[in-house]
Amino acid sequence: MSGRATPPPPGAPMRMYEKAILRVVSRGLTPFILLFALYVQFHGDFGPGGGFQAGVIFAAGVILHGLIFGLEDAQRVFPPRVVEVLLAVGWLLYSGTGVACLLLGGDFLDYDALNPHHPAHGQHLGLLLIEGGVGITVTAAMTTIYYKFAGRGTR
Amino acid sequence: MFPVEAILFVMLIITAFAVVRQTNLFAAAMLTGLFSLLSAGLFTLMDAVDVAFTEASVGAGISTILILGTLALTAKEENQQPFRLLPLVVVLITGGALLIGTVDMPAYGDFGAVTNHRIAPDYIAGTASEFEHIPNVVTTVLGSYRGYDTLGETGVIFTASLGVMALLGGRRRRRPADGAPDDSMDDTTGDPADDAAEDSSEDPVTGGPEDAA
Repeated sequence: MSGRATPPPPGAPMRMYEKAILRVVSRGLTPFILLFALYVQFHGDFGPGGGFQAGVIFAAGVILHGLIFGLEDAQRVFPPRVVEVLLAVGWLLYSGTGVACLLLGGDFLDYDALNPHHPAHGQHLGLLLIEGGVGITVTAAMTTIYYKFAGRGTR
Repeated sequence: MFPVEAILFVMLIITAFAVVRQTNLFAAAMLTGLFSLLSAGLFTLMDAVDVAFTEASVGAGISTILILGTLALTAKEENQQPFRLLPLVVVLITGGALLIGTVDMPAYGDFGAVTNHRIAPDYIAGTASEFEHIPNVVTTVLGSYRGYDTLGETGVIFTASLGVMALLGGRRRRRPADGAPDDSMDDTTGDPADDAAEDSSEDPVTGGPEDAA
């Protein structure tokens, strides 16, 4: 990534980070968006939400940063290479949980096998793992799609 | 129908017409986000908070941002298309078929509906008895009872982003300048002298004089 090939023409609108309100508000909001995503992720057992919504919200925080401060800035925090690996890691975590259940003597994705003495705890652990997998994959997927779309404009 | 829902439905319809009539693509993108937000409000009123959450975050959030990202690559204004009859007829027929389909659906909140009696009671009772610390039925259904489906959905998202990566280009690979299709077969050696040395092309690394001997 080598930034914009040509500087914007004089009549072009200001870049977004030059606008004080956008810069201050987005910089103040981004940590809370990411924190809220984690809350949604780990509170999905008790209230509305779960891995999918959490992943989308987390990616929205990354994308907001990218929209205001530029694609390169966002990619410095979440490098595309890492995001692409996470894309597969999430799905592998989900299916790996299922395989672990198989190896522990249960059925595929039968979380009771994760804790034979206390199946309800096994279910809780299994749900935590698969929601984590969903969250990781969705975050990586949304971020990847944004990177690909936004990256086309700068080439 | 409660007045709040009626108001939301009316605003939904107004928004839909505004999206269609709008020629400024930026405004249209924002209005589609508004449409999703109104839908999320309706889902909340129907006690489907998980669906509302998804609609608000995906429909009003990510989709709008992705449309905006696409808008950066296109024009700001929609090209005026001449009026064409066939698309209108197709839309009217499809919409009419969907409306006819809703006639057979059970009334909203109907306790006698089939979905309220087949497996939903089992899931609700099972969540109370088998999942001690998980009060959210939606999570247990999505993650445990329907774990295969959710695994498949995650696979769909995974595959979708793979498709985007394939279509919109990942890393740019180095191609020889002449772009001869033969060169793409052995991509490790991109030099143009490759064709001349075709007769001794066993392996560029290990193929040496002792191999030929």
